[in-house]
Amino acid sequence: MDVTVTPLPGLGTQQEFTTESGRRIGVITYRDGRMELIVSDARDPDKICAATDLTGEETSTLANLLGAPQLVRQLSEQQREVTGVTTWQLPLVPNSPFDGRPLGETEMRTRTSVSIVAVIRDGSVLPSPRPDFVFAGGDLVVVVGTAEGLRAAGEIMEHG
Amino acid sequence: MQHTAITLIELGAVFFGLGVLGRLAWRIGISPIPLYLLGGLAFGQGGLIPLGGIEPFTEIASEIGVVLLLLLLGLEYSASELVTGLRRSWLAGLVDVVLNASPGAAVALLLGWGPIAAIVLAGVTYISSSGIVAKVLGDLGRLGNRETPVVLSILVFEDLAMAIYLPILTALLAGVGFLGGLGAVGVSVLVITLVLVLALRYGRYVSALVDSPDPEVFLLRLLGAALLVAGLAAQLQVSAAVGAFLLGIAISGSTAANATRTLAPLRDLFAAVFFVVFGLNTDPSAIPPVLPFALLLALLTTITKLATGWFAAGSQGIRRMGRARAGAALVARGEFSIVIAGLAVGSGAVTGELAAFSTAYVLLMAVLGPVAARVVEPVAQRLVTLRQARR
Repeated sequence: MDVTVTPLPGLGTQQEFTTESGRRIGVITYRDGRMELIVSDARDPDKICAATDLTGEETSTLANLLGAPQLVRQLSEQQREVTGVTTWQLPLVPNSPFDGRPLGETEMRTRTSVSIVAVIRDGSVLPSPRPDFVFAGGDLVVVVGTAEGLRAAGEIMEHG
Repeated sequence: MQHTAITLIELGAVFFGLGVLGRLAWRIGISPIPLYLLGGLAFGQGGLIPLGGIEPFTEIASEIGVVLLLLLLGLEYSASELVTGLRRSWLAGLVDVVLNASPGAAVALLLGWGPIAAIVLAGVTYISSSGIVAKVLGDLGRLGNRETPVVLSILVFEDLAMAIYLPILTALLAGVGFLGGLGAVGVSVLVITLVLVLALRYGRYVSALVDSPDPEVFLLRLLGAALLVAGLAAQLQVSAAVGAFLLGIAISGSTAANATRTLAPLRDLFAAVFFVVFGLNTDPSAIPPVLPFALLLALLTTITKLATGWFAAGSQGIRRMGRARAGAALVARGEFSIVIAGLAVGSGAVTGELAAFSTAYVLLMAVLGPVAARVVEPVAQRLVTLRQARR
């Protein structure tokens, strides 16, 4: 990825990249340590249409939220040798039948032979959840299994 | 003691009045500098309410104001930023000098004020107000825009140019003649190079010299060092302001950040006094005769700054709307134009009309700058729509 670093004399540094759709996304780091997220305008790429200050905690939360696909990619990478096995991330929508119920009740392993390897909640990764782990709406559930099993798992998460 | 009481009351009234004006200014989206100048005009000779007895304080306070303005300007940049800024923007910087210094010089010559006044007015019209520009860019949320680094590096170039221009000006105003002027240029270029090299290599030692964890000790050392260096520089004919600027550059890292935080309120206070004193020393009745020329020059130098920004942003591959924004951002003139005019008028080497003229010019440009930056997009959009409609 091409990240452009531009010094802003007297203020700090700007780091940004251009997305495939042609928008610039970046971060301005000020001298005093403040950080600002910037997104460029769709019609005028030289201009930014959104900018927001982020605290340290907020930046790491955002990084984790965006890091979920990264985790999935890493897992897939590890399973590349094993044919027929893939990793997906299934969103657990609020009001799903398992919103507020423990992991064990899905009987996922028995019904689909799919493993739940991690849950991403509020921007942090919770690895290897145990059967008594209680799901909440908005969780991202990372699952490993065969394509067929994963489809079935998705159905279960959505409809019970 | 009666005298002290009156002085305190007058000073208090002036500061309180400036506070009200400053709040009003940012509220309506312009810089407070023109309002401070107006305040000075109102209280000064030939103004509404003449003030007496505060000169001993205001005179030295306005000197300190200039020193602090330049010191904080230097603190904003690290030496390496100056060097890279210079490398990135030298061509645009030269275009900036040619386009914006010549209108001022031409008007001074047309008015028959002589070559020294021409050099003074060239400086007045050349230098954008980095204070106003940075504030406006921040307020309008344009810091992440692609044209903003271009604008900032032009400001860096201008500030460095000031470091060379001010000593030359000081020498010329002192009437040292051509050879003496050349000598001053040589000395100042040498000193600036030396300080840049020192700051690049040994900046942390200078920082360590003034740094202290105790805020009181820190403030005293910092202010002491600034006044010492400024005074010594003035003695060497290099201009007190440049001495302070160079000290600011040499102080780096976290010390610089702390220094900025500590000194910014002091700078605002003393700089406000500086603008008021400039207004105080300007006769308001001298303004109307020079106003047409000031207006003409304001219009002309708005266009030349627009052109400068257009060129600079264009050379970085920025589109038309961004180029227009870059130009408009640079329009504001302010503190440094008044610093230059103040030096000239204080030396007595130029006509008194120049003070009135500069006041009128900066009054216009400090208001026009932020307004231009704000309206450039809707206006440009309008022009584009009109042109499309005609087709």
